[in-house]
Amino acid sequence: MAAELQTPRSQTPAPVATRHIALAGNPNAGKTTLFNALTGMRQKVGNYPGVTVEKKEGRCTLPEGAEVVILDLPGTYSLSPKSPDEEIARDVLLGLRADTPVPDAVIVVVDASNLERNLYLATQVLELGIPTVIALNMTDVALANGKAVDARQLSKELGAPVVETVAVRGQGLDALRGALATSIAAPASPSLKLPQSVEEARGRLAQVIEGNGLRAASQGVALRLLSSNVPAPSVRHGFGPLVEETLQEQRSDAALAPLKVAAAEAQARYAMLGEVVARSVKAPAGGKTLSRTFSDRADAILTHKFYGMAIFALITMLVFSAIFSWASYPMELIDGAMTWLGDQVSTRMAEGPLRDLIVQGIIAGVGAVVIFLPQIMILFFFIGILEDSGYMARAAFIMDRMMSKVGLHGRAFIPLMSSFACSIPGIMATRTISNRRDRMTTILIAPLMSCSARLPVYTLMIATFIPNQHLWGFSVGSGFIGLTLPVVVLFSLYTLGVVAAMAMAWLFKRTLFKGPPPALMLELPPYKVPAWRNVVVTMWERGSQFLKRAGTIILAISIVLWFLLSYPKVKVGALPSSDLSPAAGIRPGPGNAPPIANEPTTDGETSTEEKLTALQARHSYAGRFGHFLEPAIAPLGFNWKIGIGLIGAMSAREVFVSTMGNVYAVGDADETSESLKKQMMSDRWPNGQKVWTPLVAVSLLVYFVLAMQCISTLAVVKRETNSWKWPLFMQVYMTALAWGAAFVVYQGGRFLGWG
Amino acid sequence: MQTSLDTLKPGDEATVTALEGDPETVERLMEMGLIAGTPIRVLKFAPMGDPVEIVMRGYHFTLRRHEAAGVLVEMGTAVS
Repeated sequence: MAAELQTPRSQTPAPVATRHIALAGNPNAGKTTLFNALTGMRQKVGNYPGVTVEKKEGRCTLPEGAEVVILDLPGTYSLSPKSPDEEIARDVLLGLRADTPVPDAVIVVVDASNLERNLYLATQVLELGIPTVIALNMTDVALANGKAVDARQLSKELGAPVVETVAVRGQGLDALRGALATSIAAPASPSLKLPQSVEEARGRLAQVIEGNGLRAASQGVALRLLSSNVPAPSVRHGFGPLVEETLQEQRSDAALAPLKVAAAEAQARYAMLGEVVARSVKAPAGGKTLSRTFSDRADAILTHKFYGMAIFALITMLVFSAIFSWASYPMELIDGAMTWLGDQVSTRMAEGPLRDLIVQGIIAGVGAVVIFLPQIMILFFFIGILEDSGYMARAAFIMDRMMSKVGLHGRAFIPLMSSFACSIPGIMATRTISNRRDRMTTILIAPLMSCSARLPVYTLMIATFIPNQHLWGFSVGSGFIGLTLPVVVLFSLYTLGVVAAMAMAWLFKRTLFKGPPPALMLELPPYKVPAWRNVVVTMWERGSQFLKRAGTIILAISIVLWFLLSYPKVKVGALPSSDLSPAAGIRPGPGNAPPIANEPTTDGETSTEEKLTALQARHSYAGRFGHFLEPAIAPLGFNWKIGIGLIGAMSAREVFVSTMGNVYAVGDADETSESLKKQMMSDRWPNGQKVWTPLVAVSLLVYFVLAMQCISTLAVVKRETNSWKWPLFMQVYMTALAWGAAFVVYQGGRFLGWG
Repeated sequence: MQTSLDTLKPGDEATVTALEGDPETVERLMEMGLIAGTPIRVLKFAPMGDPVEIVMRGYHFTLRRHEAAGVLVEMGTAVS
């Protein structure tokens, strides 16, 4: 079989099916750098069906002109997997996946400066019998550390070709491509010596595998099946029912439990590797002792009790302010460009439903998608640098204690912090968390962090309803430096989000994602200068994926929301009637309060056009739904107008403010609009009570802190979890949380006589 | 002197004698190279006191005190 896996070096390469070459390696061995160097930007990112693991493929041209597909397997330390990512690596190499055939050849990237542990995976792969090339990477770092790896000796020890590379500088790539172009012999690696009971089991299983005529290297394949819990259907798919049965029989022996076999394997393999490394690595003459490297000296400061924390706080603030404020310039540009485009279309097209659809539906919808790109790209620019330089592992090291208190991983910190700007890049950044339960918990709580879209709503409510009381500080001329009530309220809103997120994380880790606390077992790789190509590729990939996967959903829902807010159309003839209330017929049921009493009495300030907009907003499906919603939100102190605002806020939270502007007939409004404040203050319930009181404002603020009101986030969660189940769950739990909290605030406040 | 990894101080050198605890964790630690007979050096504890950073087999590795308590060691690296 192994012979069949090789593609003969044919003189006529054209009609031969494209060869698939898998790229395997430890995390931090330079696998991504090598993948990017071999494939350039010719990459395709998708998902393995049924799991949330990313499938990255790229095309690479070999010296003789043939093209091969390179499949970048998830980084793993061993083929006895502990996470879905690592399972993919094992399953692809064993041929257990129906969607991905066994690769024609494998490149295993090995970090020469960390040879022993890297060879652990490499020898596991070699034992599978697939033609394999070892890319001995980072030979420069190894030399700097005083270790010279003898590639020829290593090749002899492993029974496979070894090519020296320095992927960051593009060294050795031609040799590697050349090696791929030739026919690679099946590896002739020595069989691993194991304890007798394991060796017997391996032998028996290997016999059955060979009997099925499936693999030449049956010993290595048998060991892989024995040392990890491969699901029975996968074994049947890859090796047939007989192998599956034999495996089950052997599992019944407690001494052959997968974890025991894997532990015995680790012991045996490291014993063997110790000898391999001793024979292949030479310390240069002079016996240079391992002195403190640059990395060690940097680390002494970067993880220092005081400086380390201070630097971490600085980096965090830099990233945060970059997504928060730097991104606002490109975002304004995009906003301006979309407005300009809309205006252009408006002036060139005849008025009508089609123009409305194009301008307010499609162009505005595309704008709603593209507007997120700057934040996503900037965040992944920094994440790329932090990951590639080796700092990200240190950030997890520093923050792990704090995050573990609520059962989260140290790596959850950066995604959560990013979510203060926008939870979309934050949720996309959870991919650095390998444990599924940790990652899901982090995704579910990320939208509780107050994102920048909530700020306009906070500002409007606070400026309108919270008196500017000076609490602590001193006056400077006409100004005031110190704490004011609005500042305290704003701070409390952010704090409420954080506290709720931590509480929910704690709860989720005890219910939905229950299990032993996932151990933090992390390599702290040496610091290095980030490879810019990796950073750019990361930014590009995340940006284009967002556009392709989430963007289409966001655009579709934006158009639906626009439709709900704009249809059915009010007839222009209806306007002269002094009755600005929704026509009696459109109210959904007799139980509703007559809306006439709600009308603002200060008609003097509203223009005809604004009245029409207001009428339209109320007359629309969303307006009707606002009425329909009123019984559900009245206990929180919200009337149907606020209901329309909440529906509008689903496209983006800040839309609440402009929707309020439409509903209250003040035209284009932003959070500082005085006329909007005035109209809101004069809104009354049918019984004459004011709708807007400070208590209602606080209730609404609490609702906004906790509620899921962002279809874009839901679209991204769908994309990241590969299922509609989790966005749906997120919507339900956050709505329940927000409703409950606002209910307690409003009803509690009324009980205490504040309403 | 037999003790566990979590009780060591920065700069201490020791040799692993045995691993205890959750089997899956033990297996992963072994795959990472933490095996009986492996010499290790404690580098530091994180600013908030947990996790611990060690050097083994020429690379840096970090684990929480909770898991480190299951790593039994003999002080000194004479065994290797």
